Amino acid sequence: MALHFELVTPAKLVRSEDVHMVVVPGTEGEFGVLAGHAPFMSTIADGALKVYKTENGAPEEIRITGGFAEVGDAGLTVLAEHVEA
Amino acid sequence: MASLKELKGRINSVKSTQKITKAKQMVAAAKLRKAQAAAESARPYAARLAEVMGSLASKITVSENSPKLLAGTGSDQVHLLVVANSDKGLCGAFNSNIVRAARAKAKELEAQGKTVLFYLIGRKGRAVIKREYPKQIVHMFDTTGVREAGFNEAEQVADELVAMYDQGKFDIAHLFYAKFRSALVQEPTSQQIIPVPAPAAGAVKGGDAVTEYEPEEEEILAALLPRYLKTQIFGALLENAASEQGASMTAMDNATRNAGDLINKLTIQYNRSRQAAITTELVEIIAGAEAL
Repeated sequence: MALHFELVTPAKLVRSEDVHMVVVPGTEGEFGVLAGHAPFMSTIADGALKVYKTENGAPEEIRITGGFAEVGDAGLTVLAEHVEA
Repeated sequence: MASLKELKGRINSVKSTQKITKAKQMVAAAKLRKAQAAAESARPYAARLAEVMGSLASKITVSENSPKLLAGTGSDQVHLLVVANSDKGLCGAFNSNIVRAARAKAKELEAQGKTVLFYLIGRKGRAVIKREYPKQIVHMFDTTGVREAGFNEAEQVADELVAMYDQGKFDIAHLFYAKFRSALVQEPTSQQIIPVPAPAAGAVKGGDAVTEYEPEEEEILAALLPRYLKTQIFGALLENAASEQGASMTAMDNATRNAGDLINKLTIQYNRSRQAAITTELVEIIAGAEAL
């Protein structure tokens, strides 16, 4: 089972890929999203997303500001105003 | 009748004008492609955000406690017209069309006894609006420093607008820009941006599962409203950029064609007068020979 993860900025679609897990720094605390997560919406504090491509791999960090996360049937969508790769 | 030398000079000058317009046309065509691509890649974000706003708005009833950006100030006395123009000319009636739409709206609002203020983006519309409404321009946002207006500019504009709105400087803001239909057609469009028109509640997707919100719906909505505004302005700037290039391309195509016509006409005139001069000379020679 893989989680479909999309990272979108106003200028372009930055990522659209299948990953194992993403840890998101929500405004009310960090949360990890795995495949099959319940529908969920949250604003994101400015910080780093941790993307785990595989279960035991090292996370890849993507710093974002002005973010918003939505978890639905289609997977996790993160809308961010600015992304630093 | 112009002399041969004068005609030749004019033909050459029109030819070099044609070279310039042709070059500008090709530049505009290349830039148009780029602007269209930029507009294309901005679509996913705008679509997602609109979707989220729609589903949030369908859960919340607008009341007095709603964020002011959504509910309005409760008055509609002061209108702010945000007019987005380009920085460069050579694009036909592009800028004047937008300004005309804004002026028509201003007249209409003033006839209703409302106060009208202007917020100008881009350099080209300034002169006209300044002449007619010298005291009503709140701010002229300068985009000459950047090559293309991007999200950073949209962000600055939105932040300034929200700050002014919070200070109660205006009640309703309209945005004027040209919507890109095709290289031939750009539609001057006006759109209310503040208070944010409630997005149409989209079809609720995601099945029966109840979505959880963190923080509460209202707080999320309050956080998203300024972003939604930024996206709208960004979208308008992108549309404007594409429209400008489209208009420029069409205008320059026409100019190139006109220059070609003019060159043909001048060439014919040039040849005629050359022939006339030759004929006169011959007649003189023959008349001289006969007289002997």
